[in-house]
Amino acid sequence: MSLTYEIKHRNMIVRLDAEIDHHKAEEIRDRLDQLIAMNSIKVLIFDFSNTVFMDSSGIGVIMGRYKKMKQMGGDVGLINVNSNIQRVLKLSGIYRLVKNYESVQDAIKRLV
Amino acid sequence: MKFENEMKIEFDSKSQNEGFARVVVAAFVAQLDPTIEELADIKTSISEAVTNAIIHGYEMYPGKVYIYCKIVDDVIYVEIEDHGKGISNIEEARQPLFTSKPNMERSGMGFTVMEAFMDNVEVESVEGCGTTVMMKKTLLSLRATKEEACNE
Repeated sequence: MSLTYEIKHRNMIVRLDAEIDHHKAEEIRDRLDQLIAMNSIKVLIFDFSNTVFMDSSGIGVIMGRYKKMKQMGGDVGLINVNSNIQRVLKLSGIYRLVKNYESVQDAIKRLV
Repeated sequence: MKFENEMKIEFDSKSQNEGFARVVVAAFVAQLDPTIEELADIKTSISEAVTNAIIHGYEMYPGKVYIYCKIVDDVIYVEIEDHGKGISNIEEARQPLFTSKPNMERSGMGFTVMEAFMDNVEVESVEGCGTTVMMKKTLLSLRATKEEACNE
């Protein structure tokens, strides 16, 4: 299953691919950067509800988008992170910068 | 008596094969009836090592990646080998957040992930010849089941 997205008032919710590795990461990154630029996105929410596998390539994708969004005065949040993916994210220390949220509404309320 | 089983695969250093490699190893490990978490640990570690072989070992050049797996009782050994350019400083390469390819948005967490998710990780590398990553993990789920059976 590949990436789908929804945009509401310059907030974008991206439902990520089933598997995120180095092979998929480049494609995801290019697609996201294009969508962010085209729609002047302010808040980017990564939705992991379809994602069953992620390695450290995914950390690179999130960190890269975080830096980009911050530079433009925006922000990034995560939802529906399963426990296996959470263990990879914890290792990287990314939670100092980007947080998990209960729902899209919760993320938007706190980030906008 | 010891239970032993082994397998070998060889494939092109193409990123499409990262998924193939981790699924093959997971299928081989499945005979030990691992927990979902153990299986996720192994798949993630394989993915990291194979990605390293492809993007660092061979960079843009085509080559082969070799995986050797062995099960001895409740322990799984995995070796991931490439005949690429090798690592000049292994200690540095293993540091969290170290990456030789920051422009590719690599997080530099590959070895850190392998070390966290496997019981033991060893790296052998010769510049110009290639790199072998050797990993080992004891499946505690299986050990627990056996001990339970023993106590009954």
